[in-house]
Amino acid sequence: MATLVGGITSSHIPAVGIATSKRLFDDPYWKPFFDGYIPIREWMVKVKPDVVVSVYNDHGLNFFLDQVPTFSIGAAQYYDNADEGWGLKTMPPVPGDVELSWHIIENLIKDEFDLTMCQEMKVDHGLIVPLQVIWPDADEWPVKVVPVAVNTVQHPTPSAKRCFDLGTSLGNAIRSYDEDLKVVVFGTGGMSHQLQGERAGFINKRFDLDFMDKFVDRYEELTALTTTDLVREAGSEGVELIMWLMMRGALGDNVDLLHSNYHAPISNTGSGVMLLEPAD
Amino acid sequence: MSWSKKDYDDIPGTYVFDGRRAAMGWPLNKMCMSLNEEAQREELRQDVEGYCRKFDMSDEQIQAVKDLDALAMLRLGGNIYYMAKLAGAYKLSVQDVGAQMRGITVEEFKDMLLKQGQEEV
Repeated sequence: MATLVGGITSSHIPAVGIATSKRLFDDPYWKPFFDGYIPIREWMVKVKPDVVVSVYNDHGLNFFLDQVPTFSIGAAQYYDNADEGWGLKTMPPVPGDVELSWHIIENLIKDEFDLTMCQEMKVDHGLIVPLQVIWPDADEWPVKVVPVAVNTVQHPTPSAKRCFDLGTSLGNAIRSYDEDLKVVVFGTGGMSHQLQGERAGFINKRFDLDFMDKFVDRYEELTALTTTDLVREAGSEGVELIMWLMMRGALGDNVDLLHSNYHAPISNTGSGVMLLEPAD
Repeated sequence: MSWSKKDYDDIPGTYVFDGRRAAMGWPLNKMCMSLNEEAQREELRQDVEGYCRKFDMSDEQIQAVKDLDALAMLRLGGNIYYMAKLAGAYKLSVQDVGAQMRGITVEEFKDMLLKQGQEEV
């Protein structure tokens, strides 16, 4: 059977992708951020997961506002990356795991989480950047990926509780897959940031640290947050934190916190990286 | 036809991209989405007005794009992720645009970000 070996939270901001490509690991601005990923890279070398189920949001590469699925999942052999409008370097296609994707789809829909199914899906920085920062030296991606895209662009966005509950079902689906695979779940995005309006540049360090503290074993206080709470406290783009809660739901009640690092600012955001393993 | 009041309306300096804004900003955001292609970015830069007209944008929206006025675009239904593609066409970063919306210099904006990171909590 498949084993859900861990969960990782990671920022997915484009500036991180650029800094990784430029290998700014020891640059004074970036070092406190990149150092936070060293234990993650070491854990990957030790655990060698086969598949990443990555919870992320699309920012206008695969989806436009003409059709906005609240939750969608990839079921493709490969996911292409492409130009998002800034002329950034396009990264190699990400390999998928079609059978695992369909196993997850069947189980989630049986549990009444009705996702949009995508046999062709481009993946943007939301999915690519966490892979890039964790495997900066890879010529090709060392894992297969199942992308789970959450709408955090067009309001109303799904609630924190709904994302957590879907995550619980996602975790059950992964653990019931009849194949000896090691699967890790990523919750990407966040933390506090606001890109728009007169409040652009808003970062809430106090909120972020409190969120990371509660994330381990007081997550009910986080799933109780409304979208408006998140916009107010974490900034308009900070609603991405609902994707962390989907990952947290997948891990089950008891977890061990292996690593945690917060650094702000990175570009316009507070950045939190955490590594958790399910505990018995 | 009317739009209901929202509990996020009172959050200062924040334009939550809901149905009302999406409806208002549709042609503007559609134009921005087209800028994922370099050829289209070049076409925009060559003739801003002509390019925008192809998307049935309003005169105010076109003026906001010509002025690269981010707050005006937000007020006319622009979505920041799509506006970022327009910024990209002119090699502007999220910090350039953020500073413009705050009405401060980019240096002041970056300094403000650093100070928030250094806060004792």
